[in-house]
Amino acid sequence: MTQNLLEVNNLKKHFPIKKGAILPKQVGAVKAVDGVSFHVRKGETLGLVGESGCGKSTTGRSILNLIKPTEGEVKYKGQNIAHYKGEQLRQLRKEIQIIFQDPYASLNPRMTVEQIIEEPMRAFKVPASERKPKVEKLLNVVGLSPYHKHRYPHQFSGGQRQRIGIARALSLDPELIICDEPVSALDVSIQAQVVNLMEDLQKEFDLTYIFIAHDLSVVHHISDRVAVMYLGEIVEVGEVEELYKNPKHPYTQALLSAIPEANPHKKRDRIMLEGDLPSPSDPPQGCKFHTRCPFAEEQCKVEHPKLKDVSTGDHQAACHLVNEVVKEPVSG
Amino acid sequence: MEQEPILEVDNLHTHFFTKSGVVKAVDGVSFSVKPGETLGIVGESGSGKSITAMSIMRLIKDPPGKIVEGGLTFKGEDLLAKSEKEMRSIRGDRISMIFQDPMTSLNPVFTVEKQMVETIRAHRNVSKKQAIDRAVELLELVGIPSPRSRLKSYPHEFSGGMRQRVMIALALSCDPEVLIADEPTTALDVTIQAQILELLGRLQKELGMAIVMITHDLGVVAEVCDRVMVMYAGKPVEFAEVTELFDHPKHPYTWGLIGSIPNMENRQERLEAIKGLPPDLRALPEGCSFAPRCKHAMDKCQSKDPDFKEESAGHQVRCLLYEEEEVAVK
Repeated sequence: MTQNLLEVNNLKKHFPIKKGAILPKQVGAVKAVDGVSFHVRKGETLGLVGESGCGKSTTGRSILNLIKPTEGEVKYKGQNIAHYKGEQLRQLRKEIQIIFQDPYASLNPRMTVEQIIEEPMRAFKVPASERKPKVEKLLNVVGLSPYHKHRYPHQFSGGQRQRIGIARALSLDPELIICDEPVSALDVSIQAQVVNLMEDLQKEFDLTYIFIAHDLSVVHHISDRVAVMYLGEIVEVGEVEELYKNPKHPYTQALLSAIPEANPHKKRDRIMLEGDLPSPSDPPQGCKFHTRCPFAEEQCKVEHPKLKDVSTGDHQAACHLVNEVVKEPVSG
Repeated sequence: MEQEPILEVDNLHTHFFTKSGVVKAVDGVSFSVKPGETLGIVGESGSGKSITAMSIMRLIKDPPGKIVEGGLTFKGEDLLAKSEKEMRSIRGDRISMIFQDPMTSLNPVFTVEKQMVETIRAHRNVSKKQAIDRAVELLELVGIPSPRSRLKSYPHEFSGGMRQRVMIALALSCDPEVLIADEPTTALDVTIQAQILELLGRLQKELGMAIVMITHDLGVVAEVCDRVMVMYAGKPVEFAEVTELFDHPKHPYTWGLIGSIPNMENRQERLEAIKGLPPDLRALPEGCSFAPRCKHAMDKCQSKDPDFKEESAGHQVRCLLYEEEEVAVK
């Protein structure tokens, strides 16, 4: 069994809502992430999916400590990194990097490509003699050419910029990369290029990815395991094929049935969800999904469901209506 | 049942005259739509699909843009010959458009009521009260709960999906005969997208309008369109019925687009990405615009721009692979 590189336990991020001009008082909280637990094994890709506002990006950023979590544990290689500060936190950035969604906003327009890619190395005092060849090597690795290094971001297309962002993330040889919607701003043909590149890099550098996206087909393609989020919670998590073929949670079922597939012959039974996502500042009691769930019962309105094993494999869901499967304890 | 097309676009060329050169954003697009039919226009950013829509609505800003060639016919009337005033009475009334981003296309400083009443009264000679009643009816039609009180809300008080519904209600306010939907669900989450597509389909059945659906999402195309035009660098490269297009795609660009989408049933080892980047529209390569990215490019593709020809019944393609001497090779 491969070891867990990252373990997240009961992670919460509540953004306070304050009122009052002089002495602001907290009147509530947006529960962006509300008790999320999962693990990531070394070398695998964990997909994190959900609709806008479900807390998937906040989860990603809380792991990196770009947003300080309100509560909970983030264990990286066995160490709880949630409370890291200052130098300790800075050192951690060598190992965990992030790729952002918007390749237009995440590159400094006044820096050349070379400066952008070597910036992390500069921050960690890598000598210039090593930096320069590394920049050229990285440019080759991500499918650009060394002569691009004197250019500025505006001279590149969206897909090329995303490649620059990837080269920057790789510059310190990280182990874990959090990819926050890395391809959603790109056209399909370019998206496929970047997805292929990310898969190649994973093999070459033995990387572990947390791949955050709302596009379920891309997540299906790239992930080994997938976690589905709804209103700040994980409602279902499991091995990718098992979860896509045999979704247990009604939200996952609805989400999967909503994807339009590029196949005009396929007539599918779509589960239509009524209404919109409730506000995370005032989430429903009980199961957070019960207001939109087509199968909700009395129990769902009162009692909050916990993640439980729903198959003998690696597959858990948080729903009262799904029967728990008791796994045989592993003998030996 | 052969119906007359309601909207015909014939060899449309829309060019932009910029300081750094002429951008041939739309370069020879032809299609027609019948009442009750959904025509899809697919392509990537910069392929000219939105400019095609804007041209039909005569919303191209001149200068720098200009429809330099071609014809636009709506129910036998020549749209290009219309004055701005005449166009105004057609826009929003008989031909309507839904834009991609409902936040920027609704006016943030007016209530939904004001915007809807304004649209209705611009085209219909009705009292304010009648217009409000019509607005309530429309919001109900698109599935907005408690429509009468929601009319008093400002656009920012609605969620993305609800705002898009308001946009649709606004576009439908005068029972248009043609609805142009420019990426109507791109900014929305999948579950909301499913709701909106279902709504559009239902409304189309009820009202019998023609829809021109502009999208980059082949999934959406497969789901809602009857016929599809694939565009690349301002030109149509393939045109066919939707099942024919997915079953027998002919143009290498269409092959690439289909191969770029992750398949949910059988996971591919690798996505079949199209190499390279879309061309600069100011300096299109000689010959076929797609040749530099095409896996099947031949020598003559570099010099000869292929014609858009019917390859089989109702299936047109712009590619030299289907020239007579090549067919034998295949």
